[in-house]
Amino acid sequence: MIRRLETDVVVLGAGPAGLAAACSAMEAGARVVVVEREERTGGILKQCIHDGFGLLRYGRQLSGPEYALRDADRFGSLGGRAMLEAFVTSASRLEAGGFELACVDRGGAFLLRSAALVLATGCRERTDRQVFVHGDRPAGVFTAGLAQYMINVQGLLPGRRAVILGSGDIGLIMARRMTLEGMEVIGAYEAKPEPSGLSRNLRQCLDDYGIPLALSSTVTAVHGGRRVEGVTTARVDGAMRPIPGTERDLSCDTLVLSVGLIPENELAKSLGVPLDPRTRGPRVDQNMHTLVDGVFACGNAVHVNDLADYVSESGERAGSSAAAYALAGPGSPSRVRRLSPLSAGPGCLYVVPQLLDLAALADVARADDVCLYFRSSSTMASGAVARLAAGDAPGAGGATLLERRYRALRPPEMERIKAPAGSLAVGPARPAEPGPGASLIVEPIEPEDR
Amino acid sequence: MSERKELTCIECPRGCRLTVEVDGGRATVSGNACPKGAVWGAQEAVAPMRTLTTTVAVEGSARKRLPVRSDGTIPLARLLDAMEAIDPVVVRPPVRRGDVVASDLLGLGVDLVATDDLLGEDR
Repeated sequence: MIRRLETDVVVLGAGPAGLAAACSAMEAGARVVVVEREERTGGILKQCIHDGFGLLRYGRQLSGPEYALRDADRFGSLGGRAMLEAFVTSASRLEAGGFELACVDRGGAFLLRSAALVLATGCRERTDRQVFVHGDRPAGVFTAGLAQYMINVQGLLPGRRAVILGSGDIGLIMARRMTLEGMEVIGAYEAKPEPSGLSRNLRQCLDDYGIPLALSSTVTAVHGGRRVEGVTTARVDGAMRPIPGTERDLSCDTLVLSVGLIPENELAKSLGVPLDPRTRGPRVDQNMHTLVDGVFACGNAVHVNDLADYVSESGERAGSSAAAYALAGPGSPSRVRRLSPLSAGPGCLYVVPQLLDLAALADVARADDVCLYFRSSSTMASGAVARLAAGDAPGAGGATLLERRYRALRPPEMERIKAPAGSLAVGPARPAEPGPGASLIVEPIEPEDR
Repeated sequence: MSERKELTCIECPRGCRLTVEVDGGRATVSGNACPKGAVWGAQEAVAPMRTLTTTVAVEGSARKRLPVRSDGTIPLARLLDAMEAIDPVVVRPPVRRGDVVASDLLGLGVDLVATDDLLGEDR
C-alpha cells in the first residue's frame, strides 16, 4: 500500500531558505516535513567552499559549508529530519483545503498532505542555449555552478584553459578557483557595459590574479569537434548586437557560463501560483505568502539574492507564517488577507514583496517590521534615494511613506529596507478592491545635490 | 613621498571604494563605511593578505573532497605556493569542522582547517 504522511507544513528544499523555514515553523509549534532531492542538506552552499557568507546573520565570514552546518545543527537540535533523495512529482490543492504532494524516495512512492506548503526550491543557471551562443556543441561548455560542482565536490578539473562568459558572482568565484587549481583563465566577457557581480568579487577573484574583464563584449561562437578548441569573441553595441569586424578567435578548451540565474518555480506554476515577470518568482506579501492561500515561498525561488543571509531571512519569515497559517485552521479570521499592491516604480528594477497584507499589518499581535528587498534599475554612482510612495501609478505623486538614502546603488547589489509596520499604512483596501497600494521609486542624487 | 591607492574593500558585500594614502610606513584610509575597512585598507596598501579556501582529497568515503580554509590570512603572493603545499594532503573520516588537516602552511604560522564534517556514514 502506498505510504501516506500528513503534517502541518511541508517545506520543499533543504538549502538555507528551506532549513530556515523549517526551523522557524517548528519553533512556532508546527509539525514539519522537509523534502530534499539531494543526499545531504545545505543546497548550493555545499559546493560554495569560498567564504563571505553569514556576515549579517552570524556576524562573521563563513564558508558555504560552515553556513550550511549551522542550519543543519539548528534543524537537528529542533528534532527535524529531512526526507533525503526525495522529490515531488506532482502537487495538487485539496478541495477541503491544504495540499497533496506525490513524492518518490528510495522507499518508493508516497503521498504527503499538509495544510501549508513552503517552496524553497532555489534557482537554476541560465544555459548556453538561453543566451544564444552559436557554433558547434563540443564538450567543455559548463555553467559556472557545474564547474564549481566538478572542482569542489567531485575533485575533477573541467579543463586547462578557460574563457568565462558573463560576470555573475559564481563566474568570478570560479575564475579564482580555476586559477588556484592550476587552470589558465584567459578572461571574462560581459555583454553588458557594467559587471554583474559584486565589486569585492571583481577585486578578489579577477584583479588579484590579473584576469581581464572585457565589458560590452561577448562570446559569439564555440568551435571544436569532440572538445572545445576555441571561441569567437566580439564587442557588442548598446543593443547587445555583435559589432562586425570586432571578432577575435581565442584558443581554449573550456567555456564557463555565468549568465544569470532563474528562480525555479515549475511546481509553483503547477499549483497556479502567479509569478512576477520581473523576478520570475512568485508574487508574495510581506509574510512570503503567495497569491495561492497556504503556499509560501522564500529564498532564491522568489528572487535571486546576492547573499545567503537574506535567503535565510526570507525563509524564517515564510516558515513562521506558514506555521501560523496551518495552525490557525480553516475559517480562522487570521487567514483572511487584505492585499494591496507594492509596485516597482521608476528607477526600481524590482521590489519584493510585491504585495502588502494590510490585515496582518493592522493586527497588533501579528504586525512586524516588513523587509523590502529591491534593486535599482541602473547604476546610480553618486548616490540615490529610495522613496516608498502611496499609490501605484507610475511616477506616483502620493505621500512619502518612507525614504532611504544611499551612497551608491548598482543593479547587481540588492538593498534591503526594514520598514516598521506602522510606516506602511497604505490602507483602506478590501480583497476585491485592492486599494491604492504603494510603489518604490529610486532616484539618483546628482553630485551637485549632495 | 606619499603614494595614493584606490582599492575596493573585500571585508563585506558592500564593497566600499577606499582611498589609501601611504606615507612612509603610515597608511591613512578614507571612503570606508566601517572600522574593518580602515584596518583592511591599511594592510592591503602595503601587503595584501587573503584567506585561502580550497579542498583536500578524501579517502575512505564516497565523498571525494573535503572543503578547508586557512585559519588566518596569508600573503596574496603565496596563495599558489600554498595550493602546491596542500595538494598532497589526504584525509579520512571522521573529520570535524575546525579540525586541523595541515599545520603551519609554508611556515607562515597558519593552519589549514576543515570547514565541513566528514563522518563515517557519508556514502
